[in-house]
Amino acid sequence: MKIIVCAKQVPDTNIIKIDPVKGTLIRDGVPSILNPDDANALEAALELKEQVPGSTVSVVSMGPPQACAMLRECMAMGADNAYLLSSRAFGGADTCATSTTIATGIKKIGDYDIIFAGRQAIDGDTAQVGPQVALRLGLPEVTYVQKIREFKEHSVVVERQMEDGYEVVEVTTPCVLTCVKELNTPRYMSIGGIEEAYNKEITIWDEHDVQLDPSECGLQASPTQVMRSFTPAPKGKGEMLSGTVAEMAATLVKKLDEKHAL
Amino acid sequence: MIFEEKYELIRKLARNFAETELTSDILDQVEETAVFPREILDKMAKAGFFGIKVPKELGGQGSDHLAYVIVMEEIARVSAVASLYVSSPNSLAGGPISLSGTEEQKKKYLTPCATGEKILCFALTEPGAGSDAGSMTTTAVDCGDYYLLNGRKCFITGAPLSDYAIVYAKTDPSKGTKGISAFIVHMDWPGVSTGKPENKMGLVGCATSDIILEDVKVPKENLLGELNKGFANAMKTLDVGRMGVAAQSIGVAQACLDEAVKYSKERKQFGKPICKFQNTQFTLADMATKLQAAKELVYQAAITKDKGGNSSMAAAMAKYYAAEICNEIAAKALQIHGGYGFIKDYRIQRLYRDCRVFTIYEGTSQVQQMVIAGQLLK
Amino acid sequence: MAIVVNKEKCKGCTLCMKNCPFEAITMENKLAVIGSACTGCGQCVESCPFGAISKTEEAVAGAVDISLYHNVWVFAEQREGKLMGVSIELLGEGRKLADAIGCQLCAILCGDNVAGLADELFEYGAEKVYLAEAPELATYTADAYTKAIMEAIEAYKPEIVLLGATHIGRDLGPCLAVQCNTGLTADCTKLEIDPETKGIMQTRPAFGGNLMATIVCPHHRPQMSTVRPGVMDKAERVAGRKGELIRLTPSYTEGDIRQKVLEVIKNVGETVSLTDAKVIVAGGAGLGNPEGFELLKKLADRLGGTIGASRAAVDSGWIDHSYQVGQTGTTVKPKIYFACGISGAIQHLAGMQNSDIIVAINKNESAPIFEVADYGIVGDLYKVIPAILDILG
Repeated sequence: MKIIVCAKQVPDTNIIKIDPVKGTLIRDGVPSILNPDDANALEAALELKEQVPGSTVSVVSMGPPQACAMLRECMAMGADNAYLLSSRAFGGADTCATSTTIATGIKKIGDYDIIFAGRQAIDGDTAQVGPQVALRLGLPEVTYVQKIREFKEHSVVVERQMEDGYEVVEVTTPCVLTCVKELNTPRYMSIGGIEEAYNKEITIWDEHDVQLDPSECGLQASPTQVMRSFTPAPKGKGEMLSGTVAEMAATLVKKLDEKHAL
Repeated sequence: MIFEEKYELIRKLARNFAETELTSDILDQVEETAVFPREILDKMAKAGFFGIKVPKELGGQGSDHLAYVIVMEEIARVSAVASLYVSSPNSLAGGPISLSGTEEQKKKYLTPCATGEKILCFALTEPGAGSDAGSMTTTAVDCGDYYLLNGRKCFITGAPLSDYAIVYAKTDPSKGTKGISAFIVHMDWPGVSTGKPENKMGLVGCATSDIILEDVKVPKENLLGELNKGFANAMKTLDVGRMGVAAQSIGVAQACLDEAVKYSKERKQFGKPICKFQNTQFTLADMATKLQAAKELVYQAAITKDKGGNSSMAAAMAKYYAAEICNEIAAKALQIHGGYGFIKDYRIQRLYRDCRVFTIYEGTSQVQQMVIAGQLLK
Repeated sequence: MAIVVNKEKCKGCTLCMKNCPFEAITMENKLAVIGSACTGCGQCVESCPFGAISKTEEAVAGAVDISLYHNVWVFAEQREGKLMGVSIELLGEGRKLADAIGCQLCAILCGDNVAGLADELFEYGAEKVYLAEAPELATYTADAYTKAIMEAIEAYKPEIVLLGATHIGRDLGPCLAVQCNTGLTADCTKLEIDPETKGIMQTRPAFGGNLMATIVCPHHRPQMSTVRPGVMDKAERVAGRKGELIRLTPSYTEGDIRQKVLEVIKNVGETVSLTDAKVIVAGGAGLGNPEGFELLKKLADRLGGTIGASRAAVDSGWIDHSYQVGQTGTTVKPKIYFACGISGAIQHLAGMQNSDIIVAINKNESAPIFEVADYGIVGDLYKVIPAILDILG
């Protein structure tokens, strides 16, 4: 089986803090990581590869050259090949333009039986690129996949997570599945995997390699534009209660009662 | 030391593994029950921690000594006892077979050890033969088809958990170290038994015990390496083993320093955090500097070995210095904790207990000095 | 809108580099250079003390004649014949937008035998309802819904389409946007109309809630947004209000629909409705163990509320993800939100800071949660909560 995984390098948004005085982001010491949902997508691909001997897993990403570090980690987990779509021309892309670039990259990689992507990236949280890549490749998609039940000859049966349960969905293959963290537990890299990853090349493609006109990618192909951005103003600091535990509890209940909240 | 990107990634893997899997809950439980969870060992095996230097063809990871010491350091930084499980197949247990084993022996014993399916232990020390290995009394008598082994080994790390042991015994009792041979012994063979696990002050969670050999028939093909060349095999193995202990030492020392820095910022006395006092600052600076020096020695020894050089002196120096300063740093870190350092609720006391054996096992500090001096005066 | 650096004005001070959330700026020969990771967020424009950085308009490919597009559409999401609450919230917000533009508010409804819901939509303020009924639309699939709605968008050309950011809306929205070759802004928390252009200004959290971005879609239509449930106010229902019903005629042939829903399974036992809860007692890493939620549940039960959790607690495997509040979980707006042992990571705050009253209980007095709390208690939650329960009796 030819398996493709879409992955993104993201800053670990859990560690980011806001400078309370200047209202700016404190980025120092924030590591760049493989987007968590994408790690689940990669794990799904690697598990499938183990089930079907002779399979290959190729990871594709769009981003600056630094994203090679993330792709190296994907290979150290067991991916066979890695492709990075990287060019100044891809900069400023919204999801619409990003999906075009990634889909074009996947077309260049060539034949594929299934494509896994993470549900969403933690730096943008849009959850759009996965399904949009599917549409641009003319493939069906299922988002929020929490379990893969069965691979059939021309379809796959999955569980699609819903707010209050899940749906069992059968979708024809090839297709794009976007994965949530309940799907699996991503494996660690291995020492041998790291050794191998450094013996392999990461293929880097720019717009010429994938034959995209500059008007078809990046900022120029992005219908949405960021008009302005700002750091959210924190709500004013409230009241710190004092006294013994019993006193604080009593004050709290009294205050809530005064506000008719209870 | 500036590492290649590859080694930084190996460090990232080991650190992430240790911090994710070896939670304080798990470590408390290990301390309480003296049992290390099998699931974590299985995960370590999958990450390749048990066969770091073993070639890929033999089921290993095909990496090197530098990778090994980095993994040891990062695992020991979170749990010294966990690092024992990593050390064993990579050095003491796997080492003798890597060095002197036949292809058949490697496939049969080294491969399952590197993949974590089987556990091996290293049995050299005896009640009456510690630093002076030449005085061992365990004997192996050639009986034609087999060797007959009799004797008692002690302080054998992991013995009660092991499937196989590398046992050193006298094949020529008239000679000292030149009459020792190595054997691969199955722990379930008739005549092999283990003593009661020792009640240790530290490294709780990896059982250490005696191995008793009573008329054990060892097939000829289980002689490891050449007859009467066992001592050289053991000494070469210990070169790597010493790097492992040195790596454990810098890992635990780093943990002690981290704890001391954290506590000195939190603890307030005389109206300010104790880290504001120059005495504390000087102590911390001293600890950090010595730790850095020890790290350089450890990495240097590993790189020397990887480049094919004679690493005996480098490994002895690394082990000697790192183990000594680890104990010094642990003691100072505990002192910074004051009375709380003496209470089992604080992590520092476990680090203090765990590292005490570093200046003792796999060659005491004094033996390391002998090795270093021996090289100097050659 | 590309970011450009005026080389004459740039002093190489690196302030922009430090302020860029996306590490897109590097220094070359002591001049700032914008790299490909740039998203055009504009943080650097504001940070530059020398006015050396600016945004420029660039020609955009695929622009359409926007004068052909009219009216605000709301995707009226129904499941098993019931309208989702978020659809009513969207009608409330859509009303404001339509009034600001001076156009009609419409709803698009898909399903099988759901015509009855059209009356409900009229009562909530829709002036027109586009109704697509077919057996294939009974349960949502991306292919069936995309086809039906795309045909309607092509025929009737709405200028704005709003969808709920539900598991369905977040699946459907991207499909429609690609087919229309337009932009889609996900998980908006605020929608406004630019009085000059009459275009929509969509504000959403990005970067895990650390940054808010206002996004526009000037040259493409329709302008599309998904909006998180629980963020907007519900539309007012006026009984008997009527509107115009327009029936669509979707039809499907073999191969049009490649997904097939075999089964729909609901979570058994109690259902967590965080969005509707009046009181939420949420726990985080500070609980230390899954049993901590039992104590929280006692307080929640006493106050007629439900329990919630931070991502740290969910990631530790202590509680199901459906309880998660925050950027990647549910956005909540209860009357009282108790944050117990939750440090207050920005991505958690993004999901609960609009609660009416926030009570924070944490051992660490410098925990960021206290910055947003109305009432803060520094202490051990295992002592404080039983004390509160004692007083409540």
